[in-house]
Amino acid sequence: MIKVQNVRKSFGDLEVLKGIDLEVQKGEVLSVIGGSGSGKSTLLYCINAIEKIQGGKIFVDDIDVHAKATNKDKLRQKLGMVFQQWNSFPHMTVLENVALGPQVVKKIAKEEAIEIARKELEHVGLGDKFDVYPTKMSGGQQQRLAIARALAMKPDYMLFDEVTSALDPELVGEVLDTLRLLREDGMTMICVTHEIAFAREVSDQVAFFNQGVIDEIGRPEQVISNPQKETTQSFLSKVLS
Amino acid sequence: MNYEFHWNVVFQKMPELLQGAFVTLHVSVLSMVLGIVIAVFLAIAKMNNKPPFNYMASTWIEIARNTPALFQIYMAYFGLGAFGIHLSPYMAVLCALVFINAGYLAETFRGGFQSIPDAQYNASKSLGMTNFQTYRYIILPQMFRRIYHPMTNQFVWAILMSSLGILVGMNELSGETQRFQSLSFRTLEFFMVTAVLYYIITKFVLLSAALISKRLFRGEI
Repeated sequence: MIKVQNVRKSFGDLEVLKGIDLEVQKGEVLSVIGGSGSGKSTLLYCINAIEKIQGGKIFVDDIDVHAKATNKDKLRQKLGMVFQQWNSFPHMTVLENVALGPQVVKKIAKEEAIEIARKELEHVGLGDKFDVYPTKMSGGQQQRLAIARALAMKPDYMLFDEVTSALDPELVGEVLDTLRLLREDGMTMICVTHEIAFAREVSDQVAFFNQGVIDEIGRPEQVISNPQKETTQSFLSKVLS
Repeated sequence: MNYEFHWNVVFQKMPELLQGAFVTLHVSVLSMVLGIVIAVFLAIAKMNNKPPFNYMASTWIEIARNTPALFQIYMAYFGLGAFGIHLSPYMAVLCALVFINAGYLAETFRGGFQSIPDAQYNASKSLGMTNFQTYRYIILPQMFRRIYHPMTNQFVWAILMSSLGILVGMNELSGETQRFQSLSFRTLEFFMVTAVLYYIITKFVLLSAALISKRLFRGEI
């Protein structure tokens, strides 16, 4: 379970998270929607301890993420993350990209790590790209590679930070299909996304972020189909029109 | 145009010239190896912004990049000599070249580090890699690729600048050439042959570097 309690985060004088509370149970999918600059992505970075927080607490399986004593590198093995900008490692082949984590971080033998990498790549539909360098692939393929790379670490949770925002429209579908696949596998996920229809389809919970606070959170049929707050209504009418 | 070329004098001295060429290659290779090691520390010291190391690194880099190589060599040979530290011509030239290589390469490395997007760092950390692993597997290999060609340029520069050893009586290629031409008065012939030898050395270095890079860097960047 991921538990976020009254989390505050500032960059200098700018407070981007102003007391965020939420909970994601094992097997659940939470989608986070909202305008740019509302703090959605920052929350993911804080859950992953890439960014520090100034107040509140975040727990992942009862581990206090931001406690001094917490081994952040170890913690991140539980949390797979995929970013908006496709950041495959350009100096390695697709297979090496995926095998690196298990091999280096988990100290799994090379042959075994490669076997894991093959499986994960086939799972996301990149079974024919093992020896290709990532820069030779499309954005959608690179994004699926990033997903496979995160999955190879066998994380308990996956964090997706607007993974389709930098893609050409015709490539969005293949990445969303991969996310649906994970959903069917029962993966616990937090998806920061602008794909409202997708969020409605796959989520157990949807949170609407507005200027650093959660204006509305609940079932998708409530937050997306029947929003109560004016801010949510106006945001949805803008993105859905 | 009634100059008569006498090549035989030059060819008789070929073994000595080749010996000089070897010293040239020797001093420049060593100046690169030491220069690279020091440059890594200078680059990190400058990026870390921790006094007094950042100031020391900046001063080193500023002097190395903005004063003539000749000045460095004179400082090492005559300057230190004034304080009772007597370096051999070889050591004086080596010290000067190391000093300058380190200064230039430090800036190249710094640029290389900064050219790697933060996203690479975040992606690596998000896999659970430690800082050391992130540098070892993700940052340094990419940085090295980007600075590889500027680094070979610096190597060629070091080879050519070692010819200033002539001024402190070093027995590298130019020093040997100077010695033999003053004995034989075949100045033109000697220096023409020497120029060809320099050309061969630098081409050899560049070609080797290109071959090595093909083996090292299979992927696209």
